[in-house]
Amino acid sequence: MDATSQDTSDAPRGGAGERTLLSVEGVTKSFPGVRALDGMRLDLRHGEALALVGENGAGKSTLMKLLTGIHTPDTGSFFLDGEPLHVTGPRHAREQGIGIIHQEFNLMPDLTVAQNIFIGREPRKAGFMLDHRALNSRAQELIDRLALPLDPRRTVASLTVAQQQMVEIAKALSHDPRVLIMDEPTAALNDAEVRTLHQLIRRFLRPETGVVYISHRMEELTSLCDRVTVIRDGRYVETLRTDQVSTQEVIARMVGRELDAKAGPQNVRQDRETLLSVSGLSTKALLDDVTFELREGEILGFAGLMGAGRTEVARALVGADPVTSGTVTLRGRRLRITNPAHAARHGIGYLSEDRKQLGLLVEDGVDTNMALSSLKERFTSFGFVRDRAIRSRAEELVAALRIRTPSVGQTVKNLSGGNQQKVVIAKWLVKECDVLIFDEPTRGIDVGAKEEIYRLLNELAQQGKSLIVISSELPEVLRMAHRVLVMAEGRVTGELAAHEATQEQVMHYATLRPGAPTAPAAAHDSTRPRIPEAGK
Amino acid sequence: MTAETAPAPQQDRPAAGDQGAGSGGTLKGRLQQFLAFGSLVVICVFFAIADPIFLSYGNITSILFATVVIGTLALGATFVIITGGIDLSVGTGMALCAVVSGVLITNMGLPIVVGVLGTLVFGALIGFVNGLNIAVLGLPPFIATLAMMLVAGGLALVISGSAPIYFDSTAYTDISTGSIIPGADFPNAVLIMAAVAVVAGVALSRTVLGRYTYAIGSNEEATALSGVNVRKWKIVIYTLAGLFIGLAGVLISARLGSAQPATGMGYELQAIAAVVIGGTSLSGGKGSIVGTVIGALIISVLNNGLQVLAVPQEWQNVILGTVIVVAVYADRARKRAAA
Ligand SMILES: Nc1ncnc2c1ncn2[C@@H]1O[C@H](COP(=O)(O)OP(=O)(O)OP(=O)(O)O)[C@@H](O)[C@H]1O
Ligand SMILES: [Mg+2]
Repeated sequence: MDATSQDTSDAPRGGAGERTLLSVEGVTKSFPGVRALDGMRLDLRHGEALALVGENGAGKSTLMKLLTGIHTPDTGSFFLDGEPLHVTGPRHAREQGIGIIHQEFNLMPDLTVAQNIFIGREPRKAGFMLDHRALNSRAQELIDRLALPLDPRRTVASLTVAQQQMVEIAKALSHDPRVLIMDEPTAALNDAEVRTLHQLIRRFLRPETGVVYISHRMEELTSLCDRVTVIRDGRYVETLRTDQVSTQEVIARMVGRELDAKAGPQNVRQDRETLLSVSGLSTKALLDDVTFELREGEILGFAGLMGAGRTEVARALVGADPVTSGTVTLRGRRLRITNPAHAARHGIGYLSEDRKQLGLLVEDGVDTNMALSSLKERFTSFGFVRDRAIRSRAEELVAALRIRTPSVGQTVKNLSGGNQQKVVIAKWLVKECDVLIFDEPTRGIDVGAKEEIYRLLNELAQQGKSLIVISSELPEVLRMAHRVLVMAEGRVTGELAAHEATQEQVMHYATLRPGAPTAPAAAHDSTRPRIPEAGK
Repeated sequence: MTAETAPAPQQDRPAAGDQGAGSGGTLKGRLQQFLAFGSLVVICVFFAIADPIFLSYGNITSILFATVVIGTLALGATFVIITGGIDLSVGTGMALCAVVSGVLITNMGLPIVVGVLGTLVFGALIGFVNGLNIAVLGLPPFIATLAMMLVAGGLALVISGSAPIYFDSTAYTDISTGSIIPGADFPNAVLIMAAVAVVAGVALSRTVLGRYTYAIGSNEEATALSGVNVRKWKIVIYTLAGLFIGLAGVLISARLGSAQPATGMGYELQAIAAVVIGGTSLSGGKGSIVGTVIGALIISVLNNGLQVLAVPQEWQNVILGTVIVVAVYADRARKRAAA
């Protein structure tokens, strides 16, 4: 606790010394059937961004929930600036100067940005009338100060996931916290957005503040954080300096062993037959003449910036959103898909990017969730549900995907974020579709488990299934896919063979202004020459 | 540090406690029913002590008999409410079904079996229209069924000319008041409701229909994106609730020996109260048939017991309202404690 204030040469950014701003000592927390934390400790210095890494279910989010008074620890203590810290609830934590951005969003979709930021402390007139003018202008001030591209009057439901993340950040910073905890803030962001976020964090860091930063994206840790604390199975492992260790070493400590080679697509199967062909797909909102083909056993990647229309293609394809024109042909047969149930019946499954709202029944069990998409075909006889069959299939998948849960009956909302994501994936593995559309499949998943999922996707492709993978992590798309389609502003702007493509090439297409004469036409012609781009 | 070289895991990590405490869901569910059942017992004990007549065979059968109509309506309403919907049309819908039964059997002289089946189908039709309005037109359930409540109430008066239709045949009234248990003087209507409750309970807990009912109530969008035809299932569920409306129409008119077109209003709220007292959440996703049956029993025990104690009619409603608040609050408090 005592502040060793002699400044060391390797002082972190902001020039702060190695005094402890926040420290956690011997914290233990158990839930029924799970010991989430076991003697965990952590030291956050003044002016630093400390990374906290660990596998899915290691206990990161739980620690942060203890710090913000959402749960109370069984044992252990917290100190802020050497003073014992007792938080009784989220509001109290805020008053003590601890702000948090949770792994799952906590925004009211139908309220505006300004209303969300100031929820619970709206400016008033005459004591009880809401002062909308003051509300919006104060929100605007805050947004300007943080240099965020937001409009305070927009409703949150109309924002992209990245923009919603920014609202969360604005909300947290509006309380002027001393310690800001960020639980996987970049899971849904692309590289450019990650950079914007990091700039914001650097501006926030002053000698009297600090950030605890949780992420599974190893590459961003070195650029933002000086030190990284590793947690494994709820226990403190080690704190390392990011300039002195490699990613490999950090990961090895996270999982407690060395990991071996990476999975990638085995070979490019250009010779396979076309399974699905989409032509001229357009929607009122965004999509404009999207045309592409998907072959049997192929993994087709979709790249593009946030808002490029990748999710919209998926939703239009499975009938979740209405289309204005376009045809979808599966095995030569024209399909008219008007809702996701249709799509599922034709063997087209869609794993949504928003697991909490669109992917899961969070109040229900792991087994119930896994069985939902294939209840009728797989788990019933004469309309009666075969619970035993569901349970045993769920147990298989829990083992195969290494989902951390005390039992398959566990309520999904009690699982860690990454493990919830695995449940969504499992749901679609049960279904055994011919065409699977994965929208941000590895969102919030730890590095080890990501490899597991890549391998799984690969296996599926090798079994002859066709996959569409949408991801904002470009390296992931390039590694996983056989072929990559790049989208910009609702149109397909380029097509690349993934094993030859570079990030620069993808970014070139992703930032093309569609309609400009240089934009290539729709991408059904896979033999079209690939234009080498600036920088390569 | 780059992501490109991120390696793959091996199989040797210890699994995080594979055999933990058993599935909490069913255990919790049982506890909830136990609590509702407990309060039913407490109320019964209270009345029994206050007046021993309460426990007489005659009084108990009359309590059960009084439960039949609300209970039947509440069974259907349970499905609807678990999907996160509501059905306000069950009361006047029941009156309309009773009138239809009178028209078919008394006015048109059709055989009783045909008349009863016709009434059930008509009830299902009411629910089907509700389902279409909700699932296809996208009206909120409250609005769609409020409209149906008005339409059905009006049609019942129009069709009957605002006058009761009487049934001459005892074969019809025996459906409710007869007793197939020889010498027991135990009304058939109670047996019918019990049988239907068992079927509904099995349907809700063991069939695809039941699973989808809960899934839609938990997260409708996620259920749809999982490939479940949510529209179709909603129509099925409202149609099912309509079938219960039709059955209630038969049971009430057989009991009274006549179809009373102007009654019905108010039953929908009693049915909803029974469902809610039974622990089903109005926001959907949670609930059980056993709970609903207990909820319906609590309501009729209260009505009956207060009558036995000669509490004035006006006060009975005051007490019923208070019980709803207490029951639902206790349920929430317990859930919060469990969370
Ligand atoms: N409310 C709860 N009830 C029961 N178990 C819980 C609860 N919250 C967390 N757990 C369990 O505690 C463990 C740690 O979860 P936590 O959310 O802290 O993991 P995490 O490190 O944040 O993982 P991720 O990277 O997937 O977000 C998990 O096994 C989880 O299932
Ligand atoms: Mg977490």
